[in-house]
Amino acid sequence: MSDRVPPLLISILCIGIAVLYLPILVLIAYSFNASSLVSVWGGFSTGWYTELLHNDQILDAARLSLEIGVVVSTAAVILGTLAAIALVRFKVFRGRLLLTGMVNAPLVMPEIITGITQLLLFVSMLHLFGWPHRGFTTIVIAHVAFCTAYVTITVQSRLQTADRSLEEAAMDLGSGPVRAFLDTTLPGIAPALASSWLLSFTLSLDDLVISSFVSGPGASTLPMVIFSKVKLGVSPDVNALASLIICLVGACVLLAGYLMRRTERQRMQDMHLADH
Amino acid sequence: MDVQGGDAGVDQTLTLTAASRARPRAGNLSFLLPFARGHARIRPKMRAQVTLGMKRHGKWLIIVPPMLYLLVFFLIPFAFALKISLADTAVRVPPFTDIFTVSPDWHAHVALNFGNFKYLFTDEVYGLSYFYSIKTAFFSTLICLALGYPMAYAIARTSKSTQSILLLIIILPFWTSFLLRVYALEGIIRETGLLNSALLWLGIIHQPLQIMRTTFAVYLGIIYSYLPFMVLPLFATLEKLDHSLLEAAADLGSPPWRAFIDVTLPLSMPGIIAGSMLVFIPAIGEFVIPTLLGGPDNLMIGRVLWDEFFGNRDWPVASAVAIAFLVLLVGPIALYQHNSSKQLEA
Repeated sequence: MSDRVPPLLISILCIGIAVLYLPILVLIAYSFNASSLVSVWGGFSTGWYTELLHNDQILDAARLSLEIGVVVSTAAVILGTLAAIALVRFKVFRGRLLLTGMVNAPLVMPEIITGITQLLLFVSMLHLFGWPHRGFTTIVIAHVAFCTAYVTITVQSRLQTADRSLEEAAMDLGSGPVRAFLDTTLPGIAPALASSWLLSFTLSLDDLVISSFVSGPGASTLPMVIFSKVKLGVSPDVNALASLIICLVGACVLLAGYLMRRTERQRMQDMHLADH
Repeated sequence: MDVQGGDAGVDQTLTLTAASRARPRAGNLSFLLPFARGHARIRPKMRAQVTLGMKRHGKWLIIVPPMLYLLVFFLIPFAFALKISLADTAVRVPPFTDIFTVSPDWHAHVALNFGNFKYLFTDEVYGLSYFYSIKTAFFSTLICLALGYPMAYAIARTSKSTQSILLLIIILPFWTSFLLRVYALEGIIRETGLLNSALLWLGIIHQPLQIMRTTFAVYLGIIYSYLPFMVLPLFATLEKLDHSLLEAAADLGSPPWRAFIDVTLPLSMPGIIAGSMLVFIPAIGEFVIPTLLGGPDNLMIGRVLWDEFFGNRDWPVASAVAIAFLVLLVGPIALYQHNSSKQLEA
């Protein structure tokens, strides 16, 4: 339905997009401000970025966040893919409704509730079993739960459109079902797995509320450090740090989008070829 | 157009309406993903049977790990929250009493304390903050809808290649940290921020406006943060809207606004509901925005919870607040899920 779009709609769209992007662009511009007064432009400088490299608190938090992000997204991709296979391939099984609910609920559950309930679980578990201690482990466990939900939804939508005739052909030729899946369908959905890994990574890297609840003393992730700095007011080194994170996350999302788009296009081509 | 042609138009309208009703799948959250277009098309040939030759235990090897994980680390925590909401505060680690104890002579004691829930009703800060959160979320959702609907509509009416680019532009901020975006917004609206500087420079105002720490800032923050949530599901339904329906309405003499109310609006209802839920539910529980942008009056429930937990360290009361909050949320979530499953069935 591509015909003349009314100018009023176009202007609202442009205003909406400007509202979404203006603050981020201003933030990035100010991160290159030489002046330490946030409201005065004192010339171009990369000084705040070099200052970041000497701030141990921020570097430690960044290292912790990146480590958590890698572990979380790897685990979430494995669990989420299994859940997606279960939901797409097995139409009837005991607990299917429960699994569907648990996969969708984290996406609409306010983070503060998820955070509190998970903390209460961890505290009770520590009391009963002496594990897990609050910190790296608990943050990873909590993040994997909501990232798994996102991975499941991504992979599920890809698996639903995957052609199963190759897999069936492989099984006709004597492959076991697992082998057939690994040889035919898995390479087809691999880009979706890669993009959901990247998306989990950005979700984990960005999370503040859940991490704040389940973390313990000594384990501060990057968003936690930023939050405590921001509560005290705007500071120029946070501008630089925030710009870096926004660019990193933006790059991850663009890459994820590119991967998904490429598979989509590949699939369209295959279907086109198959029809002729 | 002659009478016969008009009749054909009506006929076509009816069949098309039925066809389009079946299509929008607003319940599938996959529109949140980059380039999610086209996901909705499930191949008709899709086989429903269980994978041939897959042994029973093999099937469970796939189902059980994610099921167990989400059960233990997502669902069961709510049971713990319920348990602790019925406990008493205690000066120890963890800071609450056991509600279930077994004495040395094997007598079980259950000590339930409903005082925490009673406390929620007696101390008016909780009632007020619940009400205030719902009010704030409701009006933010309305404003998001008013702004997001024309945006989604405009995107849906551009060419396919432009659509991809515009969607990416809308989705990108969604994946970028809320915290950092709220912080970035602060750079615009604070007393010495871009907005005030620009208005002062233009001579429109002579004193900087106080926007930070006001209710207006909270609304601005929520709308700014959640606008993509509204636009994406709306686009997902509007994109599938058959344009010939509007032409048919026009042929039958509807002015464009009338055709919009009679055709476009009802057909985009699943998107409106999905988008509103996706804004409303997280907005109620919002913590970062009222804390960073709001003043002392903007007591949203998320903030109260946080203070109860980290400030007062009263875990049982915080759990009671969380449980009560959850019960209040179950309504909208159930409505959303009901809507989703109806979409999936169609």
